[in-house]
This record gives sequence, structure tokens and C-alpha cells, in this order.
Amino acid sequence: MHFTINGTLYQVEVDNRVSLLDLLREHLALTGSKKGCDHGQCGACTILINGRRINSCLSLAVMHQDDDITTIEGLGSPEDLHPLQAAFVSHDGYQCGYCTPGQICSAVGMLDELKKGWPSHVSPSLRDVDLNDDEISERMSGNICRCSAYPNIVDAIRDVAAAQA
Amino acid sequence: MKSFVYEKATSPQDAVRFVGNGAKFIAGGTNLLDLMKLQIETPETLVDISRLNLDRIEDTDAGGLLIGALVPNSDLAADARVRERYEVLSRALLAGASGQLRNKATTGGNLLQRTRCYYFYDTAMACNKRVPGSGCSAIGGYTRILAVLGTSAACIATHPGDMPVAMRALDATIVTLKADGDRRRISIHDFYRLPGDTPHIETGLEPGELITHVELPPPPPGRQLYRKVRDRASYAFALVSVAGVVSVENGIIASACLAFGGLGPMPWRDTSVEALLLGHAPSDALFAQAADALLASAKGQGANDFKIPLTKRTLIASLRELTA
Ligand SMILES: Cc1cc2nc3c(=O)[nH]c(=O)nc-3n(C[C@H](O)[C@H](O)[C@H](O)COP(=O)(O)OP(=O)(O)OC[C@H]3O[C@@H](n4cnc5c(N)ncnc54)[C@H](O)[C@@H]3O)c2cc1C
Ligand code: SF4
Ligand code: FES
Ligand code: FES
Repeated sequence: MHFTINGTLYQVEVDNRVSLLDLLREHLALTGSKKGCDHGQCGACTILINGRRINSCLSLAVMHQDDDITTIEGLGSPEDLHPLQAAFVSHDGYQCGYCTPGQICSAVGMLDELKKGWPSHVSPSLRDVDLNDDEISERMSGNICRCSAYPNIVDAIRDVAAAQA
Repeated sequence: MKSFVYEKATSPQDAVRFVGNGAKFIAGGTNLLDLMKLQIETPETLVDISRLNLDRIEDTDAGGLLIGALVPNSDLAADARVRERYEVLSRALLAGASGQLRNKATTGGNLLQRTRCYYFYDTAMACNKRVPGSGCSAIGGYTRILAVLGTSAACIATHPGDMPVAMRALDATIVTLKADGDRRRISIHDFYRLPGDTPHIETGLEPGELITHVELPPPPPGRQLYRKVRDRASYAFALVSVAGVVSVENGIIASACLAFGGLGPMPWRDTSVEALLLGHAPSDALFAQAADALLASAKGQGANDFKIPLTKRTLIASLRELTA
């Protein structure tokens, strides 16, 4: 099979049962994406496919050979952090860090959804959407943090959203 | 996961070719893969329909919408026409799952998602839906999330979806392509099956029948609402939900469409409840009477008894908001 991940083309031989998450972690040594539940319930495996956030544990690799896949490794590097990575560091948006790659990929996708004007469950009106802390929490509810770093995660995302606006 | 043959369909006609040898379609995969990992679903052939050209939302001549089966839940919720004219549908979608899941989950897959009954998921337990004839562990077991309407001695599971509840209130029609090449149009009111003694049969779809579209008629008049009650504020299935569209003219309820989630084996609708409201001025007494009619045959199983009074209160609160 062939994949385009973080702009690099990979050719690998894998079973058609392999999830995108296992492809990344077990076959390509891209271990930034984490496995929390393997059933779509925690968000630790969140990556971006064609710019949209999805759960890589509930995706078959074989179905995504022609997509543009971005993982936490593709967002920034230790020398050149993505603004969300930098904000998570400066706000202490984690304790153990296990959920963090998923949180950051999810936040990238979420801010893009917001730019497109997508409403959420807590939006009072479906027409105009503002970003506030309730909106951030609702839109990020697919990412569970076992350490409960939520307040600092919200702070980090709020900062980056404000800088982008 | 059991091994399977992977086939990538190039057209709807190509997709329905694979009927027979234990084939299943896969769209977003967010329900099917979950179940395949647990070997609750064990298709021999997996037919990938995710790249079929069924991902558009079109206006119909009748003034409604024709929604492709592969339109992701996120895109359907965010569509300007849906937000403007079918708010109940946007709201139901946005109340379901998470941002990530909605980006992948599709319209067709959402309709066909399977129950969240704990015992259906636990392959060590008997379950008539998973293994026909093996018994039902939920009856006499822990029943908090299970059904109070439409149950049978063989199964008390609920349909867990939100979107299908809104679609039932909106009188949607499901458009399919059969293996023999024929097209069918099935009203959502006839789409789902009560469990009876065959709870493994959940819809009237034939083997290999592909959902191609969901058609919505023009929206009914009035205010729209989707109210979902659940154990946490987000990213949880409904204990009870109400999809409602109600119009009031000159102080009198002129039309009402109400559908319910979390109560039964299918998104629930009972038009006698709606009929009871018509021609009357909105009042709490009237709403309570409607709720009592809805729940007249409701049967709790112990741990889910609370759903009956919860539904009554949720319906009253919803009707207040819809008629305020
Ligand atoms: C953690 C979690 C939380 C969730 N919370 C909610 C919630 O709160 N509310 C809610 O409503 N849902 C919820 N869901 C369920 C989610 O909405 C469904 O998994 C999703 O809608 C299924 O769509 P899919 O395209 O991924 O389907 P798939 O997994 O691809 O398919 C599901 C079934 O439909 C069949 N199928 C798919 N497309 C077609 C077609 N076009 N024609 C014929 N058959 C087809 C498949 O063969 C399969 O049997 C949740 C899921 C998870 C994992
Ligand atoms: S309620 Fe239905 S799904 Fe649950 S164990 Fe009984 S038969 Fe299975
Ligand atoms: S590992 Fe994918 S959601 Fe938990
Ligand atoms: S930082 Fe530990 S799980 Fe989130």
C-alpha cells in the first residue's frame, strides 16, 4: 500500500485489517499519535485527513491510500513548534502528555471548522458563531484528558484562536 | 478482527454486485470497525463505498433536499440550507458523537448504526441480536440505557441514533439501489423493524441493498427543536431525546411532528400524540396529557424505569419551548 503522510510518500506491505493508527505506530514508527481506547471514545488517536480531524483508530489504512494525512509529527518540530504546540507548552496544557498529540491535532481541525463558520451543540444560533470557552469545551469534547488538564487546554486554544482571528 | 476480502466500489451499481458472500458496505467505518474489532460483525467481504459520488446535498423540485448517503454528519449539520430550514436536523447531528466522529460518520451509516446495549457488545453474554436464539442477557440484567417502548420478550435494545430521530420528525424517505438494479423509496416510518422474535433484523433492507440518498420533503411549519438528555453534557448517547416541529396559529396548535430517541428499538413516532395537541391552546396540562398518551404502554425494566418520568418532563419542557 502507499500513503502520503506529512508530505512524505510511504510504501509498505500491511494486512488490510490494519487501522490507520496501527499503521502509523506499528509500521511507520510515527508514534506521536496515541492509542487510548481503540474504539473512538477518547480522541488520543486524532489525526488530520485532508485537513479534517478524525479518529485514526476507527479508520482502515487501506481506505486512505489517496488521502493527505497529517499527524502531530507533521505539524511542527521541536525547533519550530506549531502555534498550538507552543501554546500548550506555555499554558501547561497537559500533565502526563498522553492525550496531547490528539488534543493538538483536534484543535487544529476544530479551529478550521470554526473558520468555516460551523456551529456546535452549544451555539445559541446556528447562523453566527462566536468562540468562547463553552464553545471550545464542546468542540473539544471528543478528546478526553485523564489528567484533567482541561482548563489549561482551553486557555491554550483560546490564545491561538485569538491570535488567528 | 476476522480477515476479509477488501473491494473498493467504483459506482453504486458496482457496489451492489457483491451481495451474497457475507458482504458488508463500509462508509465512515465508525460503527462497523468498532464492531469488527470485537468480532460482533465478521463480514467476509468489505465493500468500500466511501469514495462513491454520493456526497452532495441537492435541492429537490418539491422544495426539499436530496442528501447523498455519503454526506458526512458534520457537513450535513453545517449545510446552510439545513441550518436555515431544518434546524432540528442540524441540532440532532451536533448533539451526537464528537467533532472527529461526525467528520467521518455518514448519513447512510448513521441510519444503520447498531444498538449500544451493553450485552450486545459483550461477546461473553447471550444476545439474540448478535446470535439469534441465544437469549437476552439484558432482560433481568442492568438496563439503564435500554428501551421502554416497542420491546419484545426477545430484545429490549434501543436504536441509539440522534440524526434518525430528527429525520423521523421530518418525514424523510430513504432511497436505495437493490442488488437487482431496482431503486426503492422507503418512508422512514416503514424503514425500521420492531424486534419481535427476530431482533437481528433491524430494517426492511434486503441483503446488498445500498442506501443512496435520504430525501427530505419541505420542512413542516413552525418552530424546531432537538432536546437531548444524557449522562454527561457532550459526547454521550441519549437517555431520552425529543425532535419536535410545532406551529401555533392564533393561540392554537396548528401542526405538530414529534419523534423520540432513547425510548425504543427505532426512532419513535406516535401520531396519536400529535393529534391530541392539534386544535388546542398550549398548556402544561395538555402537554402532560400528550406525554401520558405517548407513554401509556411504556414498560420499564427496573434500572431504566426513570426514563418514563424523564420522558414526560422532557416532552413537557420541549413543548413549552416550541409553543412559547
Ligand atoms: C464513541 C462514539 C460515540 C458516539 N455517539 C453518538 C451519539 O451520541 N449519537 C449518535 O447518533 N451516534 C453516535 N455515534 C455513532 C455514530 O453516529 C455512527 O458510528 C455513525 O453515524 C456511523 O456512520 P458510518 O458512516 O461511520 O457507518 P459505518 O460504520 O461505515 O457503517 C455502519 C453500518 O451501516 C452500513 N452502511 C453504511 N453506509 C451504508 C449505505 N449507504 N447503504 C447501506 N448500508 C450502509 C454498514 O454496512 C454498517 O453495517 C457514536 C459513535 C462512537 C464510536
Ligand atoms: S436487549 Fe437485545 S441487544 Fe441487548 S442483550 Fe438483549 S437481545 Fe441483545
Ligand atoms: S484511540 Fe482512537 S479514540 Fe481512543
Ligand atoms: S495530560 Fe494526561 S491524559 Fe491529558
